[in-house]
Amino acid sequence: MPSAITLAQLLPGEKAQVKHISLSGSIRRRLLDIGLTEGSQVECAGISPFGSPSAYLISEALIAIRKSDGDKIFVQPVKEEICSWD
Amino acid sequence: MGLTHGSTGKNAVDNGLHIHKRSPEDVVVAVAGNPNVGKSTIFNALTGMHQHTGNWPGKTVSNAQGYFRTKKHSYVMVDIPGAYSLLAHSQEEEVARDFLCFQRPALCIVICDAGCLQRSMNLTLQILEIVPNVIVCVNLLDEAELRGVRVDLELLEKRLGVPVVGTVARKKQSLKRLTALMDAAADHPRSVCSPLPCPNALKTAAAWLEKALPPTNALPLCREWLCLRFLEGEASLVRQTAEACGWSEAEIQQAKSSIATAKEQLAREGISQNSISDSMVAVVHEKAKKLTQGCIHQQGEGGYSRRDRKLDQFFTGRRTAFPIMLLLLALLFWITISGANLISDSLSGLLLRGQDLLSLLFEHFHAPGWLHDACVLGIYRTLAWVVSVMLPPMAIFFPLFTLLEDSGYLPRIAYNLDRPFEKCCACGKQSLCMAMGLGCNAAGVVGCRIIDSPRERLIAILTNTFIPCNGRLPILLSILSMFFVGTEGGLLHSFISALILTGLLVLSIAMTFLVSRLLSKTLLKGVPSSFTLEMPPYRKPQLGKVIVRSVYDRVLFVLGRAVAVAAPAGLVLWLCANMDVQGSSLLSHCCRFFEDAGQLMGMDGAILVAFLLGFPASEIVLPIVMMAYLSTGMLMETGALNEMRQVLLSHGWTWLTAANVLLFTLFHWPCSTTLLTIRKETGSLKWTALAFVLPTIIGIIFCIGFTALIRLLGLV
Repeated sequence: MPSAITLAQLLPGEKAQVKHISLSGSIRRRLLDIGLTEGSQVECAGISPFGSPSAYLISEALIAIRKSDGDKIFVQPVKEEICSWD
Repeated sequence: MGLTHGSTGKNAVDNGLHIHKRSPEDVVVAVAGNPNVGKSTIFNALTGMHQHTGNWPGKTVSNAQGYFRTKKHSYVMVDIPGAYSLLAHSQEEEVARDFLCFQRPALCIVICDAGCLQRSMNLTLQILEIVPNVIVCVNLLDEAELRGVRVDLELLEKRLGVPVVGTVARKKQSLKRLTALMDAAADHPRSVCSPLPCPNALKTAAAWLEKALPPTNALPLCREWLCLRFLEGEASLVRQTAEACGWSEAEIQQAKSSIATAKEQLAREGISQNSISDSMVAVVHEKAKKLTQGCIHQQGEGGYSRRDRKLDQFFTGRRTAFPIMLLLLALLFWITISGANLISDSLSGLLLRGQDLLSLLFEHFHAPGWLHDACVLGIYRTLAWVVSVMLPPMAIFFPLFTLLEDSGYLPRIAYNLDRPFEKCCACGKQSLCMAMGLGCNAAGVVGCRIIDSPRERLIAILTNTFIPCNGRLPILLSILSMFFVGTEGGLLHSFISALILTGLLVLSIAMTFLVSRLLSKTLLKGVPSSFTLEMPPYRKPQLGKVIVRSVYDRVLFVLGRAVAVAAPAGLVLWLCANMDVQGSSLLSHCCRFFEDAGQLMGMDGAILVAFLLGFPASEIVLPIVMMAYLSTGMLMETGALNEMRQVLLSHGWTWLTAANVLLFTLFHWPCSTTLLTIRKETGSLKWTALAFVLPTIIGIIFCIGFTALIRLLGLV
């Protein structure tokens, strides 16, 4: 996937589709349980003051994920008008 | 588990769950659901109990039970911790799963979030696999509606095949239909579960394992379901199953080796552990998606409202997050201090008059002098101290904190502070436990269950006492106003007090970070584990209700403790002060014994004795100091802080003494209840001992170091 980036690289307001989750064990299952499955849509909602974790909108809920985990989740950015919040 | 009478102090100790039926006909009902969907609110509304609800996932970490009666039936309701799925990741989820699997409730109410229906359905479908009699309750309808989400409940009911009811848990009337459905479900229980299809790739392995496992007839669970869970890698479930079925050691080994064989076979077919759980999750998700398709009508912004976005930019923004956090804390303290000043004086005046009346009463009945002294000067006066000086700040701070908790701000603190915790190889959710610790350390320790990794949980438990709890807050406050700010009260003074107090709390937090890091580099070595944290929508706290409820709770709690602990302590103290051993009182012997140690730490023997005697409840430390001083000769009518200050000054207190008392209040052994809770939660005496020793050593070093430094510099 040449154009794929990681979840951690998304900027606030950017949306993407999850392509591949290269995490395993408990965290993988937890992410699947809350709806972060391969093929699902996510939106980066914000980045915390120290740069990690970031908040993502995953199936209508706001979930914080650490950068170290987000680095292992590959996504395909969705071209869409970046939602405008003033 | 939150901060109420039922969850703080000795009640925080979780003694496991024994369902207590009031009569054999009682129907056991489990209330389950995702975290933070209002399970406890519904539980409370039905049972009339006051299990604390707060706006953050993980409030309820252990099972709570309550009773509820309709015209037809009586119910035992069990509020189980929130879970995203029945596969347990953390201890709280394990509590939830074990209850549903092994305790077999007659009925399960699954609470769903209307705004997050598909995810709620994931859990609902998994519960339907093992519990036949289910009512689905779509909660938070009002919140969803605000976000433009409408749910077609009838369609959902038709598709699920179990009753579905919509509720707004905060409004009690909306629960009427739910109770009617409960009666119906109790009369005509649904008796078959709805198993989900077994993923194709796993069919052979599951069938093979089904044959290979030792008998599980004792369990009402479907064998295929168990096998699939075992394949998923649920070690704790194997243990629980073995226990429930009474497997012998050989049978446990047989089960374990068959599971391993099945997994190996799957691995040979190219199906990894990851793909096993993926395929199982996929089955659930697929079905949940189909179920909810067409049931949800959405217009507008959906999940994350514009208002919440703005609030989050403010509360978690790079520049604003930390100033706002500190300001909020200072504001909390400021309101507490100014409020407490107002009440404290009049309360102590009132209680003094009570003492006079009591003395008159004793005189009237010609009671002997020693009895009068023991009861009035011993018991009553200690009680009066606790009530007049300690109670007001506690009763004000607590509800304020509860409001903050209800608003949904606390998870944002965890979000902001996760990075530093990660650097210390700990978990950001530790800040939620610390916040709880501000209310009660015992509750904070139990709250650590929300942390998934056992190592990080232990760190959080061991460091929780560094956060001054509600009982220690008044000590800090009164010392601050007596020695550093002035006792006149007034808004400016209380504002300065609040700032200093915030500074002290920052010191506590810094200490928490330092010790967490130290622990994870030494005794509890490890790397930070992964972490996900759900941040709930901001909710407007129910002002009136919370304040009334939690002031009432706190007052009752402190009064109860005052009677149970402060009164006997007062008596013991009075006895000690008046029992002569070799020419001087027992108390002065004690104080003299600790005098050198006390002096070294920049305090005195009486203060150390007070800290030791304050072991059962920190709020009696300062009253004991006063009693110790007053009982050694000089008798003086005391009440307000100003007079208290005079007494302390006349016993040689300087600002250095006061500063050391502040430091030692922050860092010393946890109270007896907290230790008991730590023992329960860690299950180990070794860790409990460490929880005792660690803060004590730090406190002693701090005090000795600080005193030596100040004396060296000649500042006193």
